[in-house]
Formats: sequence, structure tokens, C-alpha cells
Amino acid sequence: MNLRRDIFQAIADPTRRAILLLLATQSLSAGSIAANFETARPTVSKHLQILTSCELLSQRQKGREVYYQLNIEKMKEIEDFIEPFRKIWEERFDKLEQVMKNYQSNNQ
Amino acid sequence: MEPKTKVSAPEGLQEILITRTFNLPVELLYKAHTIPSLIEQWMNNKVLELNNEAFGSYQFENKDEHGNILFLAQGCIHSIVENSQIVRTFQMVNAGFPVQLEFLDFKSTSNNQSKLDIKIIFKSVEDRNNLLKLPFAQGINGAHNRLQKILKPL
Repeated sequence: MNLRRDIFQAIADPTRRAILLLLATQSLSAGSIAANFETARPTVSKHLQILTSCELLSQRQKGREVYYQLNIEKMKEIEDFIEPFRKIWEERFDKLEQVMKNYQSNNQ
Repeated sequence: MEPKTKVSAPEGLQEILITRTFNLPVELLYKAHTIPSLIEQWMNNKVLELNNEAFGSYQFENKDEHGNILFLAQGCIHSIVENSQIVRTFQMVNAGFPVQLEFLDFKSTSNNQSKLDIKIIFKSVEDRNNLLKLPFAQGINGAHNRLQKILKPL
């Protein structure tokens, strides 16, 4: 199984990205995470399971609750924050190229 | 296929490097960065002010359909060499980010191809990382906003 590819699939989902962002500054119980979403709790649990299985999150038992925290090393490894930033520039520059090609043909 | 635009943010350094090759002569690439009507088309911002000279200032703005300002950025051009380089400061107003220093290097690679290297230097590594996280966070907000728009008529 290609673990790296799985990580990218894991972060392709908007709910899972929202979960990662929620956990960026704090560790939270499954219940508190689910409270942030209108999705059914089993769906959130499924997302948590996927994020945990590709090691983006780690679990810790605290009393009756399971707490989730971000695996910072893994996040660094995938440079998750760079890709959305890069995409914005890619789109912007694609547009620049198109705008200037039109400009070029109109000014010849 | 290799992406056309490359971004690197080396671990522990307060900088971002953006590189892109264009199928455009360098003169046009430079014009796209210095003629307000052209900047407005690809950056999707209104150019309120742009003085393409050393110590000249600039100001870009983006408003939503209700006239609310979504984005206001301004800075000062430190030095500018036609078809070659722009060095400027950049700051988003009221966004909580300190000013950043930007080096834009324009290079001709052939008659119809050019390359742009942008090096952005931040006040700290933390400021850099916060800026990188911005589209990530906005992507999530954007998805929520779209969802709200779809759900509104119900």
C-alpha cells in the first residue's frame, strides 16, 4: 500500500482538512471534534479513523474519552500547507499567461 | 506532469520561493506586473495606485459584490529595472501580518519564454508559516460559504 498517496487522499476531503485545522492548536476528544460539524457523529468517527490510519493524527486515552492530536512530523512531511498556496499561484499565473497572450495578439 | 509553478518553503527559513516559467517573452511578463489594467485582469484586484519607480508606492484592493473590502494590500517599490527586477515591500492591511520583502526576478529563457523567480522574506519563520496556512484555512471557509449559499433557499 502506498502510504504517501493515502495521505494525499486523506487531506483531499474538506471535512478532514477542517479536522486537521481544528487540531492545529489543541488536542480534542472525538465528541468535541464532532460538535464542530453538522455531519453525523459516525461520519466524523470514520474521518478520524482515516486520519489516524495514515498517521496524521494520534490517539490518547484520557479517562473515558479518546483524545486526538495532530502528528506534526507527518504534517511537515507532506508539506500540506504549501499545496493550497501553490495552487493559488498556479491559477493566478495561468491567468496571467492567458491575459498576456490576448494582449499580445491584440497589439500585433 | 511536473507542475508549472513551484513553491518551496525551506524548513527553518523565513522565506518562500515561487518559480514559474511562462510561454511569454520577458517584456510581456514584465508588463503584466507593471501596467495596472493588466494586473487587474490576472490578479483580480483593483489597482488604486502604482508608481513604477524607486521609492514609488502601490495599493491593490479587492471588494465583494456589496462593496466590502476583502483585501487591501500596499507597499513601496524599493528598486525597479525594466524586464529584469522589482524589489518591493508588501503588506496586507488589517490582516495581522507584518510587512514582507519581495524580490521579483524576470529572466528571458528564449524568444518566447521567460521565467519569474519570486523570493519573499518574512519577519519570522512563524509569520511565513501563518501566511502559508492562509489559503488552507480559506479553502475550508470557502467550502463552508459555498455550502451556506446552496443551503440558504431551503
